[in-house]
Amino acid sequence: MDFGPSDEPVALKILIAGGFGVGKTTLVGSISEIRPLRTEEVLSDRGIGIDDVEGVESKTTTTVAMDFGRITIREGLVVYLFGTPGQERFWFMWDELSYGALGAVVLADTRRLTDCFPSIDYFEQRGTPFIVAVNCFDGADRYEAEEVRVALDLDLDVPVLLCDVRRRTSAKTVLVTLVEHSLKVLTASQP
Amino acid sequence: MTRWMDEEAGPIVRPYALIGGRTRSSGDTLDLVALVTATGAFPSNGFVPSPEQERILSLVTEATSVADVASELDLPLGVVRVLLGDLKDHKLISIGRASASERILKEVINGLRAL
Repeated sequence: MDFGPSDEPVALKILIAGGFGVGKTTLVGSISEIRPLRTEEVLSDRGIGIDDVEGVESKTTTTVAMDFGRITIREGLVVYLFGTPGQERFWFMWDELSYGALGAVVLADTRRLTDCFPSIDYFEQRGTPFIVAVNCFDGADRYEAEEVRVALDLDLDVPVLLCDVRRRTSAKTVLVTLVEHSLKVLTASQP
Repeated sequence: MTRWMDEEAGPIVRPYALIGGRTRSSGDTLDLVALVTATGAFPSNGFVPSPEQERILSLVTEATSVADVASELDLPLGVVRVLLGDLKDHKLISIGRASASERILKEVINGLRAL
């Protein structure tokens, strides 16, 4: 599946998903240079009561800051990390984000495991390769990766690992695990 | 280019004023990591690039992702897509999107490990 000459620039996209406050921004910051990126979205009905638009009824869009990080592997080969919005009302951004993505890291917090169900459902349905990284928060009970796999009802081929996204080495392991998984999926899909 | 900046509110000109209030263009479907490169062609048919489009053209002399363009210009993605759509329609930029090959992924894995 090689395209073009080897010096053709390549940009790859990795998504960082998971519930609100699970450490997505911290993960992106541990491993890459965070850059500002704003997007603007139509205010849906779901924003009513959250975004107070009374008196500014013509305002139908809102600006959302996204987590966006860049890792330069070499000249002409860059990996971009995009944090998916944590709030449910930004779901409609996901299709665009996940299009053509190399894969996704679903961050999980064992104290609020159900928060990552929507992300897992989404990537399973779309066929986007993903791994589950359990962010070990201070003070949270420790679980083995396999216990989390069972609790999340994950297929055996979905990698699950424990991590501490504040640590660069741990964040690195998470990304390497994902790209290795994506490579495996890619290789398996080739005749 | 210097712009009027308000520390809290950002640029004084509202983003959509930069694109004549439009929200739709041929740039709508541009992926965040699609790579934009200036073609070096001259504007034709009376098209005059806006100051923001001139900034884009000077930025993308080498392949630059859509997300990086938006980040560098500090403009919302939707606005940047419209600006890029115009430039593309007038053949001032080309858009590329290479897929990941096995070889590239292996290179990424090694590169990440070496970070």
